Amino acid sequence: MRLILRGGRIVDPSQGLDAVGDLVIEDGRIERVVPGGADLASQPGAEVIELSGMHVVMPGLIDVHCHLREPGQEHKETIATGSASAAAGGFATVLCMPNTEPPIDSAAVVSLVLERAKSAPGARVLPIAAGTVGMGDERLSEMADLVEAGAVAVSDDAFPIQRAETLRRVMEYCRMLGVPFVAHCEDTSLTRGGCMNEGEVSTRLGLKGMPAVAEEAALARNLLLARLTGAHLHVAHVSTAFSVELIRWAKDAGISVSAEACPHHFTLTDEAVADSGYDTSTKVNPPLRTAADVEAVKRGLADGTIDCIATDHAPHAAEEKDVEYPLAPFGMVGFETALALTFTELVQTGVLSLARAVECLSCAPAKIFKLSGGTLRAGSAADVAVLDTSREWVVDRSKLVSKGRNTPFHGRRVKGAPVLTIVGGRVVYNALNVSRGDK
Amino acid sequence: MLQRRHILGLEEMTPEEIQFVLDTADSMKEILSRPIKKVPALRGRTVCTLFYEPSTRTRSSFELAAKILSADTISITPSTSSVVKGESFRDTLLTLQAMGTDLFVIRHQCSGAPLFASKIVSVPVINAGDGMHEHPTQGLLDLLTLRAVKGRLSGLKVTIVGDIAHSRVARSNIWGFTKMGASVRLVGPPTLIPLGLEATGAKVYDRLEPALEGADVVYVLRIQRERMESGLLPSLREYTRLYGITPERLAKLTPADVVVMHPGPMNRGVEISPEVADAGYCVVTEQVANGVALRMALLYLLLGGADGGKE
Repeated sequence: MRLILRGGRIVDPSQGLDAVGDLVIEDGRIERVVPGGADLASQPGAEVIELSGMHVVMPGLIDVHCHLREPGQEHKETIATGSASAAAGGFATVLCMPNTEPPIDSAAVVSLVLERAKSAPGARVLPIAAGTVGMGDERLSEMADLVEAGAVAVSDDAFPIQRAETLRRVMEYCRMLGVPFVAHCEDTSLTRGGCMNEGEVSTRLGLKGMPAVAEEAALARNLLLARLTGAHLHVAHVSTAFSVELIRWAKDAGISVSAEACPHHFTLTDEAVADSGYDTSTKVNPPLRTAADVEAVKRGLADGTIDCIATDHAPHAAEEKDVEYPLAPFGMVGFETALALTFTELVQTGVLSLARAVECLSCAPAKIFKLSGGTLRAGSAADVAVLDTSREWVVDRSKLVSKGRNTPFHGRRVKGAPVLTIVGGRVVYNALNVSRGDK
Repeated sequence: MLQRRHILGLEEMTPEEIQFVLDTADSMKEILSRPIKKVPALRGRTVCTLFYEPSTRTRSSFELAAKILSADTISITPSTSSVVKGESFRDTLLTLQAMGTDLFVIRHQCSGAPLFASKIVSVPVINAGDGMHEHPTQGLLDLLTLRAVKGRLSGLKVTIVGDIAHSRVARSNIWGFTKMGASVRLVGPPTLIPLGLEATGAKVYDRLEPALEGADVVYVLRIQRERMESGLLPSLREYTRLYGITPERLAKLTPADVVVMHPGPMNRGVEISPEVADAGYCVVTEQVANGVALRMALLYLLLGGADGGKE
């Protein structure tokens, strides 16, 4: 079975490629990239998808941070619906966080997630394991078993480990197993009861704040523990200017560290909570910060201090979010808006080159988590995303593929739409002939 | 004219609207001075007071105001546990609206809850205090009181003393006083001063003396015992020594015609000395009396106009 993506702009930073041409896929693998275009006459029987120079053909996107809610919270999202939503956003692979019910803290739950993932219709799903039993602060989970069963990393996301001693031991195991520890950096004694960034806006709205220092203090400690243990620390959802500074320092100091930023943290500020009239879809952890933080996160992505972009896709049911602001759960959906926001907010504004954006969304995550995708090299699995840079569309929460409707971007005009996603040579999402408004 | 269907906070009100509400409240005072305090203005209208937090004075003030205007009142106090489990706020609102409520008066421990309510129901909503956000009717009755005592608001120097961080009264008063041309100083221990207050136009102090010097009005906030238990204050005794309003401090730092205000209920001997609480320049009872007139004015303006407050 041969598939040819014809005439698109092929951008693959993993091999320094940016050229208009054809991408030839054979039996689920990339056969070759043909700059300038292949001789179709020599390809009888191939399926051809016609593209133009407005279409950017890139390695399938990889999201290293999402919440798929299964097992246990299937009313919010399932592995199947999450996988489909991810595919609609251009993602070929997503890494799901362990805060399910029960949490992914045993090999049995890893196997369950991988089993469900096999029949998922869109993106590949790979689990991240909890470092402690029940995502608590005390007992270590069986990390060697978890990794052998197929977990690709260990994390404390959603329930940040507070005891330095516990975290040290978890990181020592991560070092031995060769998997990254993904840290949600938050000193919860500084954020208790908080529901937005602490600052001028929280004061005006009378909402309890979560100070930037809660993230920065935990991050500083975690960097020092990475230095001690030799584990690779991957910093989840960097949201403050000084966090970026700390990571810059750590990289200079030779600490093994990488970092991700989320589209909402480079697009929105805490003013969104006020402007939206306490709309609970703006409630997220870490919270939306200030304009200075947004600028620092963008700079960090541009200069490589922050390695990649992740969504922290966190779907919730409508009835859970349709409540008083302090009572609503944290989180927003992100798969289906991430690529468009990256293109609109970072590429079109000149903050990132298109190649750097692709690197942030695909190549870098593959490298950090030692995954097979993130490249269009001949012989690699055919994971491909196509972005139509000419399409302008308005985010409409009612048209999301995800079960979650909790997006703060509802009604926002963006440029650039994911139109084709291929996973292992199989087309899992195709909106080439659909205008975005009818999606 | 009132430019809005809901009273959610003073932040969004214009000085002209505030002026208009205060003028309407002044005319309501005349009704309160009659031997038979009842007018038929809102006959056949139903006002629902929905209080998720305990309150005596605000709720009874609203209910009295409604009754003097001949409105019917229903008063609902959902157990606070139902905020977390049980019927959602949204469903409670829709249920009470379906029963024929013409206006909601809402107190809630969650900031933003009255705004949330105003997006769900189709009738006017008055915020009777939401979390640490605003308490607009308190702010307005304070302006009404001060205007009556001083004859003006513009140019007055107001100092607000105490737990600014947790106070919705302080937030509403900062907006109210500054919009009406007064200058505002805020003072309290650093643990009770939230970030970014300067952006409101107020000046922030952590020592009482410089904040009090030359003040025409001293607005004393209630200090809660919980602040000590949650580690924000070492002791009430020390708080009183540093921030307590006493006749000596007033005599030394403020002009002879100083006015002292307090939203009540007062902790005598803590944030305010008994001598100050009982002095002629302390207008606490005037504030309470004006509260009824002010709430009558708002109910009348939101329900009694030609369109009756309906869309």
